[in-house]
Amino acid sequence: MDDFLNLLKILSEGLGTTLLIFILTLILGIPAGILVAIARNSKCKLVNLITKLYILIIRGTPMMLQIIFIYFAPYYLFNVTYDRFVAIIIAFVVNYAAYFAEIFRSGILSIPKGQKEAAFTLGFSKTQTFFRILLPQIVKRILPAMSNEVISLIKTTSLAQIIGITEIFALAQKQASYQFSILPLCVAGLMYLVLCTIITYAFNKAEKKYSYYTIT
Amino acid sequence: MSKILEVQNLVKKFGDNYAIKNVSFSVNEGEVLAIIGSSGSGKSTVLRCINQLEKIDAGNIKICGDSMIKEIKTENKLPKKYDSKNKKVVYTDKETLNKMNLECGMVFQNFNLFPHLTVLENVTEAMIQVLKKSKDEADKEGTKILTRMGLEAKINQYPCNLSGGEQQRASIARTLAINPKIIFMDEPTSALDPELVGEVLKVVKQLASEKRTMVIVTHEIGFAREIADRVIFMSKGEIIEEGKPEEVIDNPKKERTKEFLQRYLK
Ligand SMILES: Nc1ncnc2c1ncn2[C@@H]1O[C@H](COP(=O)(O)OP(=O)(O)OP(=O)(O)O)[C@@H](O)[C@H]1O
Ligand SMILES: [Mg+2]
Repeated sequence: MDDFLNLLKILSEGLGTTLLIFILTLILGIPAGILVAIARNSKCKLVNLITKLYILIIRGTPMMLQIIFIYFAPYYLFNVTYDRFVAIIIAFVVNYAAYFAEIFRSGILSIPKGQKEAAFTLGFSKTQTFFRILLPQIVKRILPAMSNEVISLIKTTSLAQIIGITEIFALAQKQASYQFSILPLCVAGLMYLVLCTIITYAFNKAEKKYSYYTIT
Repeated sequence: MSKILEVQNLVKKFGDNYAIKNVSFSVNEGEVLAIIGSSGSGKSTVLRCINQLEKIDAGNIKICGDSMIKEIKTENKLPKKYDSKNKKVVYTDKETLNKMNLECGMVFQNFNLFPHLTVLENVTEAMIQVLKKSKDEADKEGTKILTRMGLEAKINQYPCNLSGGEQQRASIARTLAINPKIIFMDEPTSALDPELVGEVLKVVKQLASEKRTMVIVTHEIGFAREIADRVIFMSKGEIIEEGKPEEVIDNPKKERTKEFLQRYLK
């Protein structure tokens, strides 16, 4: 038991970093995703093509490769080094923005054309139509997909250790080899499990909040 | 009698397909016009052009004297057949277009109610956001309109809990909320189960008896005969016959009208 509490204390030192990566990715990645979704729907062929290419590359290559590329490319190309933590945030935001964008886009496309048309004939402005008519429906529709993505994000933060960032998983691995025990990994696993449970609970709450109507 | 709506030489094409070929008609204040015609004849497209949901290719639309088209530019795109002057339309300023848009109400075939808002909120949202009325005033007026539509028991329900007939009556109430000068209905009963058609036709009749100006696209020929002051029969993007219901429906002159009515009255 002492071992367990002790490990919990050690690994908790990485919890802050894990949560910081998680929260910054959401705070920066969601607005970035909205911008990418808008660019993806753009009428300008070039913007559209670049966005498609970006989403293709992000979704078609391993995230580990992307992280290493973003951190080391400036070094190999221009002999420039920069902060690891900045690099990991850039990598996560660039990666997750692509996934969020696809979710937002499918959410926007899933709203029937008639909603916009009805709002237009009633005299709503474009902004009013978006914020008062479309957005509440889009949010309801994308919650399940967002829930999946956010749960995957908390687990994916463990990739940060590959450029030497000390988060939960990095500490657990260090302790495992140091103590020659599997227990640190189990404790780390437990911590991720608890975080995922909290996220799932929050999303269930949100989905309930929107369950007062069904979209036909 | 003042003219609420004037459609002048309207042309609308989708790609190379002419959905409307040179259509003209007008509607006077307090008049009910019914548009009938087979599938694909352009009835919906006419309403959508008037409600600015589609851009027109030639002609003009006037609502209460305001012109939708400001100027006609010369261009050599349209074939001579439909537009002898080969001109391209330029829409008028945004402000006039908004004003015209508010003077037109539109009732859709599949209701298009806002699912996340209650029936009352569906009706009051435009009063509050667009007409800038206070919430209290909007609630009071909205309740009154919904009561007239026979929905006083449903005002706090969400659209998903209403029958099709109730949804369509709610959507008519929502249109009345902006107090339009003219109301367009595109097959308001086509998406309904047969036993629900009657309740919607009843409220439309009620509006007609209040001297509301309306244009109704319908496949309910009997209803059109009963309610309309004038009937237009369309086929392949053109008006084939126009006149009083007793003329167009009971004694059609054109062969195409006769064929169509025979199919529908069977
Ligand atoms: N958005 C569109 N894009 C391309 N073609 C269209 C579009 N909307 C309508 N059309 C075409 O325009 C013509 C007229 O269509 P419209 O919907 O106005 O007919 P309608 O008389 O309302 O028919 P229905 O009784 O089936 O509703 C049809 O040939 C249709 O295929
Ligand atoms: Mg139609």
